[in-house]
Amino acid sequence: MDRPMGGILQIRKEVDRSWYISGALFSFFAILFIWGLLSYGEVVSHVFLPTPAVVIREFFKQIMDPILWSNIGISVYRITMGFLLAAAIGIPLGILAGTFKLAEAVIQPLTEFVRYMPATAFIPLIMVWTGIGELAKIMVIFIGTFFQMVLMVADDIRTVPQDLLSASYTLGATRSQVITRVLLPAIMPNLMDTLRMMIGWAWTYLVVAELVASNNGLGYMILKAQRFLKTDVIFVGILVIGILGLVTDRLFYAANRRFFPWAEGGS
Amino acid sequence: MALVLSYDSPVKRNAYVPPKIIIREVSKVYKTKDKEFMAVEGVSMEIMENEFVSVVGPSGCGKSTLLRMIAGLEETTEGKIWVDGKEVRGPSAERGMVFQSYTLFPWLTVADNIAFGLKLKGIPAAKIKEIVDKYLQLIDLANFAYSYPRELSGGMKQRVAIARALANSPSVLLMDEPFGALDMQTKASMQEMLLDIWRKERTTIIFITHDIEEAIFLAQRVYVMKGRPGSIQAIFEVPFPAQRSGDVKDVESFILLKKKITAMLKN
Repeated sequence: MDRPMGGILQIRKEVDRSWYISGALFSFFAILFIWGLLSYGEVVSHVFLPTPAVVIREFFKQIMDPILWSNIGISVYRITMGFLLAAAIGIPLGILAGTFKLAEAVIQPLTEFVRYMPATAFIPLIMVWTGIGELAKIMVIFIGTFFQMVLMVADDIRTVPQDLLSASYTLGATRSQVITRVLLPAIMPNLMDTLRMMIGWAWTYLVVAELVASNNGLGYMILKAQRFLKTDVIFVGILVIGILGLVTDRLFYAANRRFFPWAEGGS
Repeated sequence: MALVLSYDSPVKRNAYVPPKIIIREVSKVYKTKDKEFMAVEGVSMEIMENEFVSVVGPSGCGKSTLLRMIAGLEETTEGKIWVDGKEVRGPSAERGMVFQSYTLFPWLTVADNIAFGLKLKGIPAAKIKEIVDKYLQLIDLANFAYSYPRELSGGMKQRVAIARALANSPSVLLMDEPFGALDMQTKASMQEMLLDIWRKERTTIIFITHDIEEAIFLAQRVYVMKGRPGSIQAIFEVPFPAQRSGDVKDVESFILLKKKITAMLKN
């Protein structure tokens, strides 16, 4: 029996853009609808679940408030520092591990081992070692992203086809030229994608760090709101983090398309 | 061993002219944990300056391994290879190579791909441009100088790969089933283009293929290999002038030779 291939539910086939947008809007509105039902219908008390309108009002109130912006500022600062530190050490180590078998032996097993130790479990230790200053938060983000980054960068290097390296040898490239002129440019789009994923993780660890040991930042704002049972502020805090995360993600994505137009599957 | 003397060989066999490439009793053994696998056993070849030689054999007969040893990409287990009187110890720009897989650098334009080896050599930019322009003309892709590889078809990519290898003015051009992934029509026109290029450039070429017709059509001599372990079982002189067109494939002596080699490979 023939099975006709039409319709909107074909496996791995494109659908019209209008269907796609409708689908995306649907899920957002569904969440909003259920939220509205639970809060306006007083299924859940307003204390625990504020109405959408209250959250939106609070959101606009907060973004007029310089305190929110200073909290955003300090959080972005911590993310940037922790992430840059992890990238500055993690990318070279990952490149080494992916390029040389001996470097892999030195770096990879240890990294795999440490990766399974939850970064959050290090927080008490970090506080003992570095106190509760800026360094503590930066260290939490660093530990949360560094080990994973090393492994992912090493994998990025390994996806470069061997024949590309062979070809460059037969064109006269030395080993160091193979690294600088073939391996490094070849991994750039994947590396940017790796960093894009890691910065998402960085946001998670930032909030963890600020929830545990801080008196400013977006995580602290959420924690303080919890103490006063201001659930609407908690919602706004989460929303702001979500928006900032989305913005960084899209920036990385746009940079990737802008700077590496040659990548397969790119624009 | 059948030997048909060619009546119009551009290669003058002369006792006083040493072969350009000498391969003496070369073997390759791969060792895994508990097994040894002999990929190539006791292969000897002598190839003259300007000669176009093809090596034909079934898949997995070790012909690619042989070519990679000539390139210097793999070490010989036993035996030695000399090119221009110098023993091969590793890859070099002297032995250019074209691979079956597409090995253009995706982040470089067509022109920059062709210039890759020239830039490594530190040739002045003006001279590089001159050489690149010449080879763009030769492969008939002048209009694609600033395109990225992802915008090219398979046949175009292989043309650029050939130009990239030749622009480096290698002493020998090694080709590892470069047209293996192309459709019949593209393959036929690529073969004629390659012959045309060879007549103009006079580079010594070793061409690996499992396509018997292709092996005869391109070469002046055909080495027939058998597999497990890979060794030479016959050498045929191809009785056609260097100047050939696709029509030669229908000539009786061509068909006879093809039948003979086909029968050999069946055993």
